[in-house]
Amino acid sequence: MTRAQNLLVLAAMVAGSVVAGAQRLDPPTLMKPLGDVWPTYSGDYTGRRYSSLTQVNQTTVKNLTLSWAHRLANGPVSPSVIVGGEGSGDIVAAGATSVKGAVLMVDGVLFPTTPDNTWALDAQDGHELWHYYWKTRGGTHIGNRGVGMWINNLFFVTPDDYLVSLDARTGKERWHKVFTSFEQQYFSTMAPVVIGNHVIVGSGNDLDSQGFLRSYEPESGGAEWTWNATPQNPGDPGLETWKSLDASRHGGGHPWVPGSYDPETHLYIFGTGNPTPAYTSQTRGEGDNLYTCSIVAVNVDTGKMAWYYQTSPHDTHDWDSAQTPVLVDGDFNGRPRKMVLTASRNGYYFTLDRLTGEHLVTSKFSDTTNWAKGLNDKGQPVRDPSKDFDIGGALVSGANQGATNWPPPAYSPDTGLFYFPASDTYAMYYLNTLDPRGGVGLGGKDERNLGTVSSYLMAIDYKTGKVAWRHNYRTVGDGRGQGLLATAGRLVFGGDPSGNFVAYDATSGNALWHAAIGQVTNAPETYMVNGKQQVLVAAGDTLYSFALY
Amino acid sequence: MPVARHLIAAVSFLAALAVGSVLARAQAPGAFVPYPQRPVTDPAAVERGKLLFSVNCAFCHGADARGGDGGPSLMRSNVVLDDKNGELMSPVVVNGRTDRGMPSFSFTPQQVGDVAAFLHSLPVNPRTAEAINIVVGDARAGQGLFSAKCASCHSPTGDLKGVGAKYADPKILQQTWLVPGTGGSRGAAPPRPAPPIGAVVTLADGRKVEGTLDRIDDFSVSLNLADGRHQSFRTNGPAPPTVELRDPLRVHKELLRTYSDADIHNITAYLVTLK
Repeated sequence: MTRAQNLLVLAAMVAGSVVAGAQRLDPPTLMKPLGDVWPTYSGDYTGRRYSSLTQVNQTTVKNLTLSWAHRLANGPVSPSVIVGGEGSGDIVAAGATSVKGAVLMVDGVLFPTTPDNTWALDAQDGHELWHYYWKTRGGTHIGNRGVGMWINNLFFVTPDDYLVSLDARTGKERWHKVFTSFEQQYFSTMAPVVIGNHVIVGSGNDLDSQGFLRSYEPESGGAEWTWNATPQNPGDPGLETWKSLDASRHGGGHPWVPGSYDPETHLYIFGTGNPTPAYTSQTRGEGDNLYTCSIVAVNVDTGKMAWYYQTSPHDTHDWDSAQTPVLVDGDFNGRPRKMVLTASRNGYYFTLDRLTGEHLVTSKFSDTTNWAKGLNDKGQPVRDPSKDFDIGGALVSGANQGATNWPPPAYSPDTGLFYFPASDTYAMYYLNTLDPRGGVGLGGKDERNLGTVSSYLMAIDYKTGKVAWRHNYRTVGDGRGQGLLATAGRLVFGGDPSGNFVAYDATSGNALWHAAIGQVTNAPETYMVNGKQQVLVAAGDTLYSFALY
Repeated sequence: MPVARHLIAAVSFLAALAVGSVLARAQAPGAFVPYPQRPVTDPAAVERGKLLFSVNCAFCHGADARGGDGGPSLMRSNVVLDDKNGELMSPVVVNGRTDRGMPSFSFTPQQVGDVAAFLHSLPVNPRTAEAINIVVGDARAGQGLFSAKCASCHSPTGDLKGVGAKYADPKILQQTWLVPGTGGSRGAAPPRPAPPIGAVVTLADGRKVEGTLDRIDDFSVSLNLADGRHQSFRTNGPAPPTVELRDPLRVHKELLRTYSDADIHNITAYLVTLK
């Protein structure tokens, strides 16, 4: 941040403080331990989703009661809805009404989102303060992961690839910018991450396209830097891991899930998506296809990559490594270490040094995972090409959804355990094109599910990668656990595969409390409202807030 | 693409335009709103462009524009995807990209527009599945495997008599013998429902309730009883009942860990012979 910008921020803070009770988020708030508010995607920058709040704890949780529920009405449902967007207004994605991301809570106001919709709700009772609706041009409406906030301003992306900024107090649009090309069939879902005076957004696309991360200036929306997930120019490092520059330029690696941030090193640490074409990889060559399916650290001021570690060299199953990495300071082999933890969709868990990217631990957390021959000397799984696909079908674990996925993990410094939802699944992967060029995007194969063997709430010891315990959900069918929240009340909250919202004992995984609210669709959050700790979670288009009475 | 298919595409596009706005509001199209296929406004331009493309471009870029002898796929080219009527393609075509081996072409703006019209008429993200016979195994080896792994419950002259004729698609047969009740492609219902799971609930006082499993989670279990009643039991309270599940597919699911892909292919090759 330059001196002039510092002054600007300071001036804005002074000006803002005059407006009593107005929703505002000053960047320093994001540096505090997670407690009273929920000001960014993971609550704080560490990605731990560990709240310091203790009002709801192992003793009191049995009295946890619904404080309110609010059903979000998607679309231009009333004249009071503020309408923006470049579309004709004819397309309403009526099936895309689930909350699948973070709901920021700042100054007593909640900001939930669905694709094309952003709301402000009063956190005391859930009533609507404003609703902004974006007329879409179309495209994949698979989910929206939430807003980012800077001072009085909100930022979110739309499925048709705009970055939109609203005034958090009124819902009025400040500006919108083309984030990337709709014609190239990008679709945008990530919750922007605000770091100092940078707004960080990553791309998404299922075609053979270019994955990237971009920083914007929050006031004007001007683009600052772009980090490309794959080499884009002759001579770029990593190009030797691709068959050609054309392959690399369309190699994917979309960082579509928010990452974490280390203020000491100014490193934004995140995961990248799968390479493309996703399954039939012959046009990508035999190499590792950098920097897809990797944990990457980028300097937030310059956009330059500090280090990377690839968790799936040359992935062939659309198993991205985009899951939010979790930053942990703790003991490792008898000395304090700054680390980053991730459980990957490919069935493997990793502990890395977050200053250097040095590999520390790899373990296989899904028993059934069978696509790799073993680990190489860097701790990376080595792909077994016979498990890519077969004309007669290749039996692969996991199925496409992977052993875990975007639903956020959590970490508790009280237990030293890393928690995430996992499942053991199988599918047959059939080659369905004999074209020597293979398929396009996600094409070229026919994947037929064989179902779920088991699904778990998993707890891993980051020092060894060993499973400390796993709570085997009793369920039938292919449901899986949802994203998680850990608290200093020694609890882990999360939705189970059977429509329950559950509080688990963080040390044992035993269920201590539950509410049958229907299939949970996001990770729970917690914060304080009028002296009461609220626990908020979404099931489809409805938000549920729980507290002690 | 033959002319007939172009016409069909054009007609169905116009039909979609006519009803699209009504449908979009009336129906719940789900989360996957399709990317709009470009409208074919001038079929004659598409035909002219196709001819120009086949003569000048197809050798390097492929007849379907998905890449050929040296030239990249144009169907994922940012220039082509972002282009509207040839305006972005024109500089590349007219000037060439000599550093990458592409010569220049002395096309008129209208000719570039025609090639653009042809390329924009092609589907960007084709997911066409070719008809490929998945029966690649050895039936004799499969018969041996069947005897070893399957014959304790199943018989080729009993419950599986004629199974090879019952399933027209060997892929569905293979999926179904691996785990009955699966085999639908992504999002589709399986061609055959899974058999119900039996459940026995033993209460604290020793009484037993038997039925088929309706649902179960960490807190309760629900059974459909033989007399048509539906009964639920709390399983996390004081003195919880014990629940025993009898999944007829348990062995099928356990066997998944033991097969090689060749085993699967061989068993399928054997089963398709049971006509």
